[in-house]
Amino acid sequence: MKRPTSLARRREGAWGWLFVSPMVLVLGLFLALPILMALWVSLLHWDGQSNPFTGGKATFVGLDNYRDLLTRDGLDRTLLATSLRNNAYYVLLAVPLSTGLALGLALVVNQRMLKGRSMLRTAFYFPSVTSTIAVSTVFLFLFQGSGAINNLLSWVGIKGPNWLTDSRGLVWTTLGGLGLVDPSRPPGASHVIMGLPLSEWLAGPSIAMCTMILMATWTSSGTFMLIFLAALQNVPRELEEAAALDGVTRRRMLWHVTLPAIRPVLFLVLTLALIGSWQVFDMVYVMGQGAPANTTLTPAYLSYQAAFDNADYGQGAAIAFILFALILVLVGAQRWLLRERQGKEGRPA
Amino acid sequence: MAPPRPHTHARARTRTTARTTTAVLSGLAVLATAGCGSGFGSSGGQQQTRAGNQRLTVLIAPSSTAETTAVKQAVAGYEKTSGNQVTVQTAADINQQLGQAFSGGNPPDVFYVNSDQFANYAQGGSLYPYGDKIWNLDAYPKSLLASFSNDGKQTCVPKDGSSLALAVNPKLWKAAGLTDKDHPRTWDDLERVAKKLTKGKVTGLVTSEEYQRLGAFMKQAGGWVTNASQTTMTADSKANEKGLDFVKKGLNAGWWKFSKQVDALNAGEAFGQGKAAMTIEGSWLDGQLAHDYPDTDYKLFDLPEGPGGKGNLAFTTCWGVAQKSRHRDAAVDLVQYLSTSEQQQAMAEKFGAIPVRESSAEAYFARHPEFEPWSPMAKGVQGPTTVKGMDKPLAQFNSELLNLRSAAPKTILGNLQHNGEPVIKEAQR
Repeated sequence: MKRPTSLARRREGAWGWLFVSPMVLVLGLFLALPILMALWVSLLHWDGQSNPFTGGKATFVGLDNYRDLLTRDGLDRTLLATSLRNNAYYVLLAVPLSTGLALGLALVVNQRMLKGRSMLRTAFYFPSVTSTIAVSTVFLFLFQGSGAINNLLSWVGIKGPNWLTDSRGLVWTTLGGLGLVDPSRPPGASHVIMGLPLSEWLAGPSIAMCTMILMATWTSSGTFMLIFLAALQNVPRELEEAAALDGVTRRRMLWHVTLPAIRPVLFLVLTLALIGSWQVFDMVYVMGQGAPANTTLTPAYLSYQAAFDNADYGQGAAIAFILFALILVLVGAQRWLLRERQGKEGRPA
Repeated sequence: MAPPRPHTHARARTRTTARTTTAVLSGLAVLATAGCGSGFGSSGGQQQTRAGNQRLTVLIAPSSTAETTAVKQAVAGYEKTSGNQVTVQTAADINQQLGQAFSGGNPPDVFYVNSDQFANYAQGGSLYPYGDKIWNLDAYPKSLLASFSNDGKQTCVPKDGSSLALAVNPKLWKAAGLTDKDHPRTWDDLERVAKKLTKGKVTGLVTSEEYQRLGAFMKQAGGWVTNASQTTMTADSKANEKGLDFVKKGLNAGWWKFSKQVDALNAGEAFGQGKAAMTIEGSWLDGQLAHDYPDTDYKLFDLPEGPGGKGNLAFTTCWGVAQKSRHRDAAVDLVQYLSTSEQQQAMAEKFGAIPVRESSAEAYFARHPEFEPWSPMAKGVQGPTTVKGMDKPLAQFNSELLNLRSAAPKTILGNLQHNGEPVIKEAQR
């Protein structure tokens, strides 16, 4: 009785492997293998003009590339620290903004009573299907010093900044505006962490970076709205009706009924947004390549620059792996934060 | 039917499959690396020596469409005389495209080499040193040849070159009551005329914030980033500080602005749109103005002298020939053809590239004396820095120069010194 079953199972397993083998092949060839090759390159000093896998001119330097980036004092470390700072502020603002906006839009277009729903859905989704390069180019014009945005602001008497060339940090500018801090000599300038003064770490995103955050929010919220919308339509109607019969307000309904019901999707959107924002490259490439004063430099762009502009492919690969590790850690942390808490009061059934 | 104990089987199965997967994956890895091996391959076949009927690829990074057309026309002339076929490709991002081509082992035969990438390509063994095969090499200026030699060999020859000049808008110049006699010869003169020219929406002098422009003032004060032989950093010298102090003074007084402050992508644009009465640019300004702002006229002056005398920067690109090219002889032949006096002058007429061979430059300036300030052969001209890896500290320097209005020149120069020292030491090893 036992033997034939296990044999059948084994055969079943073999067939299974046969059926998935095309995908395993494709993934192995185009995903796993390049990752391993890049890992190897990150341990080399390679100028990109010889074969890195047959010895030759590429010298094996062990963890030197990582040391230059993380522990050794120098320009490499300062640039990485700057790019991490920039991107951290980008994530801190762009992820909640785009998720919040997407959820808001999804709730709006999910209303059954709303007229012209499909038109609104298309309109909100439209930025997501437009190429980032095209959108970035349009934003370049909109946010010029004498562009449409500043013209608009001047109607209400505000003199807008020269958005894309303004390297002042938001935190010091705001505090300076309130008269709390002198922006030209912010506190913490003497304390240096990873080659970057504390005052620079705390400076906040530059005005130029804020422009990019605005753009990212605008372009990515459409896709996320679509995901939220799908989830909202799966929330059982009875649940909401039952809650409505109990007389809950709309805000409590959202907080205690709707949101818990779509928690897995919320996690998905936050994860996608987090990963996407740590890899931001295209708009940096179009909108300033790190300028002004390195305040829009991101690790992904720095990696590209190290490899292709400075012909230091080893360092480029090392930056990519540092970024990879960082994303893994952050997604893990986020998973832990959004975990299902057991026995918490007020959880819906 | 008693339920089987699935755990043991399941575990055993996972183990075998895991082993199979590993085997399959490592097999794939071997296959793929072997495949790549041929891609990265060394010389990629035999040298093609047969004269005539060879197919060459030329990769250029043109500054304008006029340049593309001029190169294509020149190449067409070569096709006729040699019988070879040449394809001209234009690059959108030449550093990235060449880097990829070199690592792929299939580079174009002839290509532009930027001075900042030269050391990297030459030391990486990607450039075929052909300097000794070029006829009458002595006719090139020494300062430019020095930028393109590696390991004691003349690796490649400059295709053209230009230094910086002060371009002024004659209309605005006259409107401010200035005449030709007011040609600024010193820094004080420059300040005086720029102040006069600054009025309403017009700024006296608009330049880009890069050291590739502001560095001229460091040079005029008697300093520069490195010493003449590019073996020590001299960035934190008093002279350099004096140069940048002068720039800072202008920026704070408002008669000098960076192009980004006046909403222009570059200084040429600001000049073309009439936002700037003066700018400091090289010969590419001519092509840009002719193409985008044909109504804006300009007149050139030599750069003013500083406390350290004359000072200027020269910019150049060389014709690289790939070490891995299968048509090296034909490629050198093509470069030879493009470097002849007639071709250099034809390029100069078509898109304003200043000829770098003495004979052709003389002939050209005799016909166009108004372009003489752009000559890269004048006194006090500094050629491009070609230390391997110096690109990065210099890029950082540029990004700090953007904040020159509020930052101290001493700090910025100190950072450059600090960042550049390990690079220059590494390059000499």
